[in-house]
Amino acid sequence: MIADHGTNHDTHHRTHGQINRLSGGQIDRNKPLSFAFDGKTFQGYQGDTLASALLANGVRLMGRSFKYHRPRGPLTAGSEEPNAIVALRSGAYREPNTRATTAELFDGLEATSQNRWPSLAFDAMAINDRFSTFLTAGFYYKTFMWPAAFWEKIYEPIIRKAAGLGALTVAADPDIYDKGFRHCDLLVVGAGPSGLMAALTAAEAGFEVIIADEDFRSGGRLNSEQDVIGDQSGADWAASQVAHLSTFPNVRVMSRTTVIGTFDHGIYAAVERITDHLSTSAEGQPRQILWRIYAKHTVLCAGATERPIAFNNNDRPGVMLAGAMRSYANRWGVCAARNAVIFTSNDNGHRTAADLHRQGVTIAAVVDTRADAPCSDEYAVIAGATVTDTRGRLGLNAVQVTDATGHSRWLKAGALGVSGGWNPNVHLTSHQGARPVWSDALNAFVPSPSLPPCMSVAGAAAGILSTHEALHSGVDAACKALEIDPRNLPALPKADDRPVTQSAFWYVKGCERAWLDQQNDVTVKDVKLSHQEGFRAVEHLKRYTTLGMATDQGKTSNMGGLAVMAELTGQPIADVGTTMFRPPYTPTAIGALAGRSRGRDFHPVRLTPSHYWAKERGAVFVEVGNWLRAQWFPIEGETHWRQSVDREVLATRSSVGVCDCTTLGKIDVQGSDAAVFLNKVYCNGFAKLAVGRTRYGLMLREDGIAMDDGTAARLTEDHFVVTTTTANAGKVYQHMEFVRQCLCPDLDVQLISTTESWAQYAIAGPNARALLQKVVDAEFDISNDAFPFMACGSITVCGGLRARLFRISFSGELAFELAVPARYGDAMMRRLMDAGEEFNVTPYGTEALGVMRIEKGHAAGNELNGTTTAQNLGLGRMVSKAKDSIGSKLSERAGLNTEDGLRLVGLRPLNPKDKITAGGHIMNADGPVDAAHDQGYVTSAAYSPTLGNMIGLAFVKSGSDRIGDRMRLVSPLTKTSVDVEVVSPHFVDPEGERQRA
Amino acid sequence: MHDLAPITAFGLAEPTVFVTQSCQLTERPDIALASVTARLGVEEACRSVIADLLGADAPDPSVWLASDIYSAFWMGPDQWMFRADFSNVEDITARLKTSFGEMASITEQTDGWVAFDLTGEVEAVLELVCNVDMRTRSAGYASRVSIHHTGCFLLIEASDRARVYAPRASAGSVFHGISQAMSSAATR
Repeated sequence: MIADHGTNHDTHHRTHGQINRLSGGQIDRNKPLSFAFDGKTFQGYQGDTLASALLANGVRLMGRSFKYHRPRGPLTAGSEEPNAIVALRSGAYREPNTRATTAELFDGLEATSQNRWPSLAFDAMAINDRFSTFLTAGFYYKTFMWPAAFWEKIYEPIIRKAAGLGALTVAADPDIYDKGFRHCDLLVVGAGPSGLMAALTAAEAGFEVIIADEDFRSGGRLNSEQDVIGDQSGADWAASQVAHLSTFPNVRVMSRTTVIGTFDHGIYAAVERITDHLSTSAEGQPRQILWRIYAKHTVLCAGATERPIAFNNNDRPGVMLAGAMRSYANRWGVCAARNAVIFTSNDNGHRTAADLHRQGVTIAAVVDTRADAPCSDEYAVIAGATVTDTRGRLGLNAVQVTDATGHSRWLKAGALGVSGGWNPNVHLTSHQGARPVWSDALNAFVPSPSLPPCMSVAGAAAGILSTHEALHSGVDAACKALEIDPRNLPALPKADDRPVTQSAFWYVKGCERAWLDQQNDVTVKDVKLSHQEGFRAVEHLKRYTTLGMATDQGKTSNMGGLAVMAELTGQPIADVGTTMFRPPYTPTAIGALAGRSRGRDFHPVRLTPSHYWAKERGAVFVEVGNWLRAQWFPIEGETHWRQSVDREVLATRSSVGVCDCTTLGKIDVQGSDAAVFLNKVYCNGFAKLAVGRTRYGLMLREDGIAMDDGTAARLTEDHFVVTTTTANAGKVYQHMEFVRQCLCPDLDVQLISTTESWAQYAIAGPNARALLQKVVDAEFDISNDAFPFMACGSITVCGGLRARLFRISFSGELAFELAVPARYGDAMMRRLMDAGEEFNVTPYGTEALGVMRIEKGHAAGNELNGTTTAQNLGLGRMVSKAKDSIGSKLSERAGLNTEDGLRLVGLRPLNPKDKITAGGHIMNADGPVDAAHDQGYVTSAAYSPTLGNMIGLAFVKSGSDRIGDRMRLVSPLTKTSVDVEVVSPHFVDPEGERQRA
Repeated sequence: MHDLAPITAFGLAEPTVFVTQSCQLTERPDIALASVTARLGVEEACRSVIADLLGADAPDPSVWLASDIYSAFWMGPDQWMFRADFSNVEDITARLKTSFGEMASITEQTDGWVAFDLTGEVEAVLELVCNVDMRTRSAGYASRVSIHHTGCFLLIEASDRARVYAPRASAGSVFHGISQAMSSAATR
């Protein structure tokens, strides 16, 4: 039952149920809109926000507070709203913690209140309020200290259920979000009077301008005031300026766009809401776009936020900031109630009273803290008085006023406007670390002089609170930023230039439950408790009380809290300082930050030239970096991957197999000094490699650790093709470029990647040559004599297609790698399959590739793991002493060359049925199993169909001296212990006869 | 003449095309590419050959130029990418080697990249996929950009025409990223 919702029935005027709709405003009364709140249907108008429409319908109660579940209505009319937080839309589209004050009304909008049970009007959890004495600041820290075991399973679930804001749907966000990039000479943040003038000044001078405003209607406070600019109302003037700006080709007016963060190098993040105000969106239309704006200069015209005054029960629905009350009346033609009281410490409250009075709202009184408050002929002004309490269960119905003599009386009112002055919106000036500074003149923090580079501040954000001065400051800021001569500019229209002063009146003394932070239920008393218990630093105050946290980040509360702490510590507010401002300025959907990078689009995919062929063959693919590689090729009747892999290994070793190895990095190295260069980057010798020959090479890091291995093929005297591992392709290229540009700039050598240019296939097995001879053009002799092991050359295939052939072997078999231009890769693979039918040619994937390289004892990524040296790998003799190469000197460090250093060995289980597990550790056959007695670890393991049991590669201390030893392979985590024998890592063809056949 | 049939980067015989109300994205497999990098000490001579081939000075950073047979853009210090029609100049590497002799290292890049032509209201699309400022760039601009997390080259041919060179293996991802942006831009 939501009948009440804090509904105010004290009215005589009804417009389709909109009992609190006034005349005027910038809404389109010809476009009525229907919407639902907590299942009840209401009417509003185009141009309304959810909050203004609800208020028009007499609904003041819009939410429950975070901790005490106190009834709350809107405090503000903008993005600083702490109270009117609702969930919008339904199903997977439902978004919690959305501000009703900025939610643009559309036909069919669904909104629900949150943090209440069973209903907003009757919330059982409001019992918390009765126990507020026990739920003070630091409550969690004091109460839930012990027993520790209770914290996760008992305390946290209870607290989470009792306190909080909205709940996620847990469904995937069905909306689309984009990211984009925009550039400009001048970014203007905020389209109020100063922002519009800054943009116009820059636009007319021909600069590229972006003006962004979070509101759907530009104009800032001009839309909320009765001010006149020139001969137009402020709102009309703003609309005409926006229309004028929109005619400039060099201007982009971005409404519904919140600049949420300032970052290095003049980069700003801005969220543009594309469809949030629409009931439906077009196919492919993003909900929001997160723009990265590159601005040469920025003028921050973000305006100011009104600050409340704290007093007893200042949080009832119907109590709101006086400026917000004026916004609702002037912009939306709405009042929270037909009878109102204003409580103010400055002239701003009087403006609200005058505007509301003009709209027909009864002003019961203006309560002004100042003894010299201005008088009014229209309504009562109680000078030197304060509001000390309010009444009303679900909404305000009476206000207690206490005058200077201490005499109190109750005034009947459904609305109370409060004004404690204005705080400049300095947030974006501080995102890069600058702290705002205190202005005694304004009694507020203003932007630091240490602004982010190329940023200036104008208008209310700079503490300039009169409209006239704001217009001028916008022009000045643009002129200074862009070096525009102001003497040639037209005169500005006349605007309100009354000086604005504001006092420092933060809270009413003697009040206990005076709410500073309405979103987090922090009272003046809580700040006092924080002070009493030693949490006096501003950052401690925030954590201890939660002041300034959650969706509003304390936009209406921080100053009050700081002021109370300043008073308690006897410090000026300037010395108390502020907490750190961080992006985002307003709550931002995670989807906007993710953009399109979600699910399958999280990272790009790279496809091999044989991908489509492999897909036809039913290959199972595996991600290798961004590459999708065929892992194995199941055939009919195979129900387990091992069956496929074993078959592929055995078929390759017995006849011939083909594997797509395109993913290996390929780097074209050319130049008269190419050989000298490779001699530098590889630890083994390359200077004398003959043309037409390939050599296995090992690269070391500067610190002597192995970086990558591969081959370098010398196609001509000054042309090499280097291959790298798939994983290190980018890293090795980067390393080689560094060496070329920074270490060896005097060498004539040129590098470029050709990884994707060539489709490259390994053709391995005893029948590899026979198969190749069917596709290699006849003029190329690939016999063992003419094209021996480690030969290479440019050839043609299939009647003239340019190709490259390398006689290298990762499997240990007679093997070749054939490269053709990538566009012919698919056809080449199909041709190899057709031509190989007579040999029962078998495509094999990365699993079989891995099994065969382990059987052969070849190192791969598991062994080149960033901790191992050439010595560890059993390749110590490759590090040439006859030349200087990168890493060779440091590989000689004593610590890398100890007697008992790790050496690559093979492992065989003593019981052939036992498993060898990668990651397991090696222990002596007898003795303790602990880290102190660790003898090494297993890097790779596989079932060898060739040998009929599992095998492994491991690094074992003094491993090469322990061949034949019995040891234990253990994994304490999985309680595994297997007896193994240390063997040569070369399980298959240790003499290399097959690959040389 | 060999008898192997080429496929596009999408595994098809014909180029892939994606169309929205405001833009068209077309795969262009009919392009031959080769990188040209000046050898040490003969950079000026290399530039002279480029000038002869292009009929204009070698492109500076962020510039591409076209002549009858070739077009070229700057890729790095003393390094350019040359383009020609595949059907006429599939042997682009051999031809350029003949032209440059020992003055440059030439590397075939034809199938290292896939070319996409984006036509129509390109600014609204490109601002969603890369950080090039189309408002200050005009025909003849070339830049290395990142599209869908992938390093690409962008060449602006006119205010309503741009070419993207993307790594061939990532053709699907880059095409997907651009086509998503096209759909998004078409709704605005």
